[in-house]
Amino acid sequence: MTKERGTVSKVASVLSMEDPPWPPSVDEFFPPGLFGIPWLTKFALMTWLAVAVLIVFFLAAYRNPKIVPTRVQWLAEAIYSFNRDGVAREVIGHEGVRFGPYLATLFSFIALTNLFSILPGLQVSPNAHIAYPIVLALITYVLYFYWGIKRHGLGKYLKMNLFPANVPWPMYAILTPMEFATLFVLRPFTLALRLFANMFAGHMMLLVFTLGGFVLLNADALFLKPVSLASWAMAIALTIFETLIALLQAYVFVMLTSSYLQSSLSEEH
Amino acid sequence: MYGSLAAIGYGLAAIGPGIGVGLVFASYIQSTARQPETAGLNRPNLFLGFAVIEVLALLAIAFGFIWQGTNPAQ
Repeated sequence: MTKERGTVSKVASVLSMEDPPWPPSVDEFFPPGLFGIPWLTKFALMTWLAVAVLIVFFLAAYRNPKIVPTRVQWLAEAIYSFNRDGVAREVIGHEGVRFGPYLATLFSFIALTNLFSILPGLQVSPNAHIAYPIVLALITYVLYFYWGIKRHGLGKYLKMNLFPANVPWPMYAILTPMEFATLFVLRPFTLALRLFANMFAGHMMLLVFTLGGFVLLNADALFLKPVSLASWAMAIALTIFETLIALLQAYVFVMLTSSYLQSSLSEEH
Repeated sequence: MYGSLAAIGYGLAAIGPGIGVGLVFASYIQSTARQPETAGLNRPNLFLGFAVIEVLALLAIAFGFIWQGTNPAQ
């Protein structure tokens, strides 16, 4: 890709101001620190915004609860009961009710930060930066170990997971390393990576089709210019798809968290 | 011509999860068509299966960016 531009159309030069950064690279996900503070990035501000919005939303929804709920109260109750009954009770069982508040918080935080990826002005999700999913996955990691050890004791918990019952003993040569990797490495690793990669790839796709439209519009070949419209139509379609993925990944995250908790709490693996 | 083999690698890596996710959803649709009342019962399993398979394709995305290699011409 050469840096020379062909005939620059007026719209493109107004909208893009300069050469679009093409192709989009990983640098998009490492924004500079604001006000000269290296850690105060766009992502940090968005996380604070998400926390503030959630606190205000749930406080406002429950400040004056009514028997016939208002619209805001209905939304808050729907989110909470979806997580408590639809996820926790469904996957963990009757014991899962106590995880309802944590799962509802986790779900709303991830859903909101994921939806930032399509909000104009914010345009990128903090979860597209690997640090945020890692922290969320670490909380789950600590949580299921804590409950497993609390319920069964360290020795029994490890024995239960690493040496599953009712297996012919030579199988342990294969099974134990696999279970060990699953328990200690794969679960938190895939949990963090799933959320990260979905948001990362989603943002990358939107960048490719939006910026790609400008690149096509600025192309030397005349017949390539109209193709930019197809590229932008694709960007709009992918934005809708991205909304679906944002909510789905929040659901999958709490679902897997409660599934791991269930395997820690259950009697036999 | 200069490009990244990671793109081809990702295409190859997406075949397996693509088939897998297709099978998961096909089975779910089939089971709910036969017994509509099991739709809610099976939905957690649907998304658990989907999430576990989907991560294979996502690993490929991440690793493609991690091991990008360098352009020998530069």
